[in-house]
Amino acid sequence: MESIDVSMDINEIIKPENLVYKKSSLFEEKPFSYCPGCGHGTIQRTLMEVVEEMGITEDVVGVAPVGCSVTMYEFLDIDMLQAPHGRAAAAATGLKRVLPDKYVFSYQGDGDFAAIGTGESIHTCNRGENILVIFVNNGIYGMTGGQMAPTSLINMKTSTTPYGRKQEQMGSPLKITELIAQLPGTYYVSRHAVHTPAGVRKLKKAIIKSFELQKENKGLCFIEVVSNCNSGWKMTPVKSNQWMEENMFPFYPLGDIKVDGKLVK
Amino acid sequence: MSKAKGAIVVDKEKCKGCEVCITACPHQVIGMTSTVNAKGYRVASMVLPEACTGCTNCALVCPDGVISVYRLKAASVA
Repeated sequence: MESIDVSMDINEIIKPENLVYKKSSLFEEKPFSYCPGCGHGTIQRTLMEVVEEMGITEDVVGVAPVGCSVTMYEFLDIDMLQAPHGRAAAAATGLKRVLPDKYVFSYQGDGDFAAIGTGESIHTCNRGENILVIFVNNGIYGMTGGQMAPTSLINMKTSTTPYGRKQEQMGSPLKITELIAQLPGTYYVSRHAVHTPAGVRKLKKAIIKSFELQKENKGLCFIEVVSNCNSGWKMTPVKSNQWMEENMFPFYPLGDIKVDGKLVK
Repeated sequence: MSKAKGAIVVDKEKCKGCEVCITACPHQVIGMTSTVNAKGYRVASMVLPEACTGCTNCALVCPDGVISVYRLKAASVA
């Protein structure tokens, strides 16, 4: 911190015994490949904090998707598998069935879970596999250049809908979370966001709850995280978070949708 | 003084200058440097260090986990 005047006072505070927050040690030294301000980093950081605090580092296996987070195994110091486009939920099913004592999660984007892999996703939820699905919804195909996804909002401009998504031509945005909450196989379904400290704390609690439920073999736990894609949306990170609050949240309201196998919304 | 005293340390070379921490800080402690790191990003730093309470809000929203937070226990603040 050369740019500020570091007084003696600050040096007295910055001591190992006063440390209250530090990035989880379950990260490799390699910096994230995500764009500045991308929610992927925050979600994965929160996930690793939970894994570390629960002491299940050796017992957790994740499945990476196709998308911006395709190489997430390079940043996280846990066992991971990488599944082809949209098939992370199916791969996680196989993992959980051969390794029933492990905590298995899949980490998927909206293009992956709700478009390319809809078949695998819905049937995994319907079978009630004991896995955790983390579904990151930014309403766009981020990695491939910001094309329209099924979750894109009406009138949302993307590279394939330069005049905005039109309902009569391209259909309505897909609320896949509400859809899979109807299935008997899902036990806990919840929607979150990570652009505020409160949102991150809530997501952390939801992930802890999901892993605990997985231990009890209750069924599939599903956490949607409404996130930003500032590169795809062509905005600054702070502006994209504001846009998300104003436009995404009215259509994708935050909160629990299904708790203990019962719909609450 | 009842308020807790805190401080943050930013991993300058990993910060991408997204400024999300600035909006999360309740006491306007964080600003951006005028200089850039090796990747060319302006990085977050404390511009109002005396106001920091060590609440960890900035670190919680940091997508790259570059912020470490330190806090003096309230009892030890004179």
